[in-house]
Amino acid sequence: MKIDRRGFLKIGGLGILGVAVKPVIDVVSKVKLAEASAKKRVLVEKRLAMVVNLKNCKEGCTDCINACHGVHNVPDIANPKDEIKWIWTESYEKAFPDQEHRFIGGGMKGSPAILLCNHCDNPSCVRVCPTKATFKREDGIVMMDYHRCIGCRFCMAACPYGSRSFNWRDPRPFIKKINPNFPTRTKGVVEKCNFCEERLAKGLIPACVESCKNKALAFGNVEEPNSEIRGILRSNYTIRRKPGLGTGPQIYYIV
Amino acid sequence: MFEKALIGSKKYWGLVIGLLAIMGVGAIFYLQQWNYGLGITGMSRDVSWGLYIAQFTFLVGVAASAVMVVLPYYLHNYKAFGRITILGEFVAVASVIMCLVFIIADLGQPTRALNIVLYPTPNSILFWDMIVLNGYLLLNILIGWNVLASERKSVPPPAWVKPLIYISIPWAVSIHTVTAFIYAGLPGRGFWLTAIMAPRFLASAFAGGPALLILLSLIIRRFTKFDPGKEAIQNLGKIVAYAMATNVFFILLEIFTVFYSQIPEHMHHFEYIFAGLEGHGKLVPWMWTSVSLAVLSLILLVNPITRRREGILALACVIVFVSLWIEKGFALVVTGFIPSPLGRVFEYSPTIPEILITLGVWAMGFLILVVLYKIAVTVKEEIEA
Amino acid sequence: MNNRIIIIAGLIIFLCLITFPIWYNVVGGKAAYAPELKIVSEEKQCVESTKYMRAKHMQLLNDWRNSVVREDKRTYTALDGKKYDMSLSNTCLKCHSNKADFCDKCHNYVEVTPTCWNCHVVPEGNKL
Repeated sequence: MKIDRRGFLKIGGLGILGVAVKPVIDVVSKVKLAEASAKKRVLVEKRLAMVVNLKNCKEGCTDCINACHGVHNVPDIANPKDEIKWIWTESYEKAFPDQEHRFIGGGMKGSPAILLCNHCDNPSCVRVCPTKATFKREDGIVMMDYHRCIGCRFCMAACPYGSRSFNWRDPRPFIKKINPNFPTRTKGVVEKCNFCEERLAKGLIPACVESCKNKALAFGNVEEPNSEIRGILRSNYTIRRKPGLGTGPQIYYIV
Repeated sequence: MFEKALIGSKKYWGLVIGLLAIMGVGAIFYLQQWNYGLGITGMSRDVSWGLYIAQFTFLVGVAASAVMVVLPYYLHNYKAFGRITILGEFVAVASVIMCLVFIIADLGQPTRALNIVLYPTPNSILFWDMIVLNGYLLLNILIGWNVLASERKSVPPPAWVKPLIYISIPWAVSIHTVTAFIYAGLPGRGFWLTAIMAPRFLASAFAGGPALLILLSLIIRRFTKFDPGKEAIQNLGKIVAYAMATNVFFILLEIFTVFYSQIPEHMHHFEYIFAGLEGHGKLVPWMWTSVSLAVLSLILLVNPITRRREGILALACVIVFVSLWIEKGFALVVTGFIPSPLGRVFEYSPTIPEILITLGVWAMGFLILVVLYKIAVTVKEEIEA
Repeated sequence: MNNRIIIIAGLIIFLCLITFPIWYNVVGGKAAYAPELKIVSEEKQCVESTKYMRAKHMQLLNDWRNSVVREDKRTYTALDGKKYDMSLSNTCLKCHSNKADFCDKCHNYVEVTPTCWNCHVVPEGNKL
């Protein structure tokens, strides 16, 4: 067989293309298997969730915000363009636009609502992420892998709760006191609440829950019928943010 | 064939050097972005995509429009377009490269861009966009280059090119459909959550791209010995007219659904671009400009008396291009974020560095186009001589 | 072929330029020096053997980070059966409390800039 220069280049090019395509095919075939096995697993042993009792939440109190942002090295950038927040307050009407009306009573009108990542059952941010940098853990925590994030911000467009922040610049100069036990982030990645997974691993409850003196926050496994959180959910009427979008948010609010 | 791009008139080299200079300025500001982060742009926590992604979206349309000359020529044997298919394919090559560069320019961690390939994620639309865009680029380079090379030797193109041409036709539709899916599948973004997004993208693409092609053909006729042909230009004009009319029709459909249903989450965005919201209305004059230009272009294009006059046709094409650029190359992306999911109206306007980086990428695209067109036109001149 | 002299001269200049770093170090007398790393620690051994760590510490750290972040598995079992908490700041830097003399020295020598410390915090007092 005679191969001239052109022929060689053509075959070589096709070969390289083949090598590039192979991992894609591998993954597509793997995903099908993963889906098939996921459907079999009907029962989940663990599903972490949070209840926010807005009746107990005191206006002007920022204990949970300070605790969370301090322990996670969240920078304090005052400029609303570049700001980063994991947990913050917004007026009740902004947080629950579907529930807004002229006669909101019970002291809820204009009162602050604590907002954070909803750790959705069906997270749209995870669905759109092109690198699996954001993913859902078995116990329901929606995690960020800051090592893998390419900073495309597709997840920010997909999140209907505005829970994600992007590092528009180096965050370190804006962190007053760095907690050495937790990494900071670098410019160019997206970040958000991680349900204190690093604390859970040590057997601690989330920092915001721990810091709240008014017992406005509760955290636990909703798959465990005898858990404290299930008791609270049983005895109180709770609502969630934008449930109609089908994301299955796991932060429940008592109003 | 590439040597044809290395021999040219003073005007040609002046153009090349001018574009390189603009690219250089863009590169300097990109360096600044590289060091500081995307904070040098006007993008914010609320409006997290801006000019870069809007340019990408607009240019996908320009790229897809090549199919409007390829399809009539190869599927319907419409000979007049035979002279300009290469022009369409090379526009596609230049625009897709610009699209890819705009995505890279928009990444917070550009050095990790290959993670999309290393950790392929089929549930992400961006993953599919990467595949269709690169595929389309490859198809158009292969087809354009091989067809031109055979034309030069006066032989029919190699047999394996034909199937690629047929594949490239649905592929062109796919790049814009997939790009529309990036937006149309997001819960909680009422402005984008519409099934008509992909058809709208295609309609605007088939208006804007051929409009650009008409302008380029007229420029080529003016400055070179190659004439793309009056018939081809006229028929492209008809395509622009139909596509632009369809595009305006689709937008009116959106406006009906949004304002008749009165669902606030969908309505607020349209109120923001057309009337302003909570005292914020930076985009309002832009949008009304876009609307007026669209109406004016339709008057000029639909009426055969004005369309047949090449001077007026050219003007109409400029108007179409500007109108669509405002609508799709800016407002469509930005307005999706205003108001934010928390009802906050935080406006966006691009910063000077952001605009200069954008211009740099456009200059790069035009440089690629100029070089490719130089080759194509020189070959065509030789054949006709 | 009248250009032979020009071509050969060009090739020689090219070769000189591309091998410049070697010449420069030979002339400067800095050829083949190896960085001297200081280890200040009571521990006799790292999590794995020195040879393994020298060659593979980047892969090990990559595996650690994937394991902790993506799988929530935080304990590393070394070849000798010892268990360690997978943490760059807390496990590695506890012994290697002299980042500047250990990590940086070698990384500078081979001209690599790992991005670990863009995010991970170097503990206070680890400046030596």
